[in-house]
Amino acid sequence: MAKIQLNGKKTVISSKMTIYDLLKKFNLINKKIAIEHNGIIIPKLNYKKKKLKDKDKLEVVHFIGGG
Amino acid sequence: MKSDIFKIGKIKLKSRLIVGTGKYKNFKETARAVKESGADMVTVAIRRINVLDKKKPILTDYLNPKKIIYLPNTAGCYSSEEALRTLRLAREMGGWKLVKLEVLGDKKTLFPNMMETLKSTKILVKEGFKVMVYCTDDPILAKKLEDYGASAIMPLASPIGSGLGIQNKTNISMIIKNSKVPVIIDAGIGTASDATIAMELGCDGVLINSAIAQAKKPILMARAFKSAVISGRESFLAGRMKKNNLAIPSSPVGGLI
Repeated sequence: MAKIQLNGKKTVISSKMTIYDLLKKFNLINKKIAIEHNGIIIPKLNYKKKKLKDKDKLEVVHFIGGG
Repeated sequence: MKSDIFKIGKIKLKSRLIVGTGKYKNFKETARAVKESGADMVTVAIRRINVLDKKKPILTDYLNPKKIIYLPNTAGCYSSEEALRTLRLAREMGGWKLVKLEVLGDKKTLFPNMMETLKSTKILVKEGFKVMVYCTDDPILAKKLEDYGASAIMPLASPIGSGLGIQNKTNISMIIKNSKVPVIIDAGIGTASDATIAMELGCDGVLINSAIAQAKKPILMARAFKSAVISGRESFLAGRMKKNNLAIPSSPVGGLI
């Protein structure tokens, strides 16, 4: 188990999960999103390589309506 | 009108009207308004996704980013750091280099913080972004932005969402005269005739959100803006008649009975 901050909310995930695994869990794989992991933007190609650990901060953003 | 091409950086646009996608009742209305406006570029914001609500509709389901140009903006950012972070994420999301920079200075007026805006423009241009910049209607600062490599200068007509129209035509005209990059009125347009006035002044385009989204009939207003922008542009190109202080008859005075 690992406790991470996902979009500002405490979230418990199973240990050794990668960013890709997490996105799959939330059905976000083919969505137009971008990810910041502990303040660093992660390129899509690295989603499978990046393992999440305790206290990690993850931001998942997308486009919304705006002016 | 075929030779009258609107270009921002290397991107050619058919319409001189750019529309925002905020404040609509729902995404369906957003999509219909965008279609009616004839715009080929829309502004979008970047926010956290709701990871738990898998069925919640999202903007990209209604406006296909492959068919319409998404212009990511930094609305809601009050510092250079926040704006840069947002636009770097936007670039990662879809490879967008063309972005709208908007660094706000104050919650009450939503006026841009020009010091932070200038700083951010310099950095973004260095990082390879094509930056369209929301700014005050100060001709000196607008020129500075161009010197820093901005792809378009976007002065406000009046405060964001105010609908007060162009408050300082003289300044806008000076900015247009000084600028080699497109000048696009961003913020403050209230109704279709305001957009015509902006285009008649010689603006290269206008960016409209609230005036369409907050109209009683947004879809109809989107169409009104489409005509207003075309009308203003054609009027500008045609060149208006000279103003006279006294009457000059329209019919010949000779041959009167």
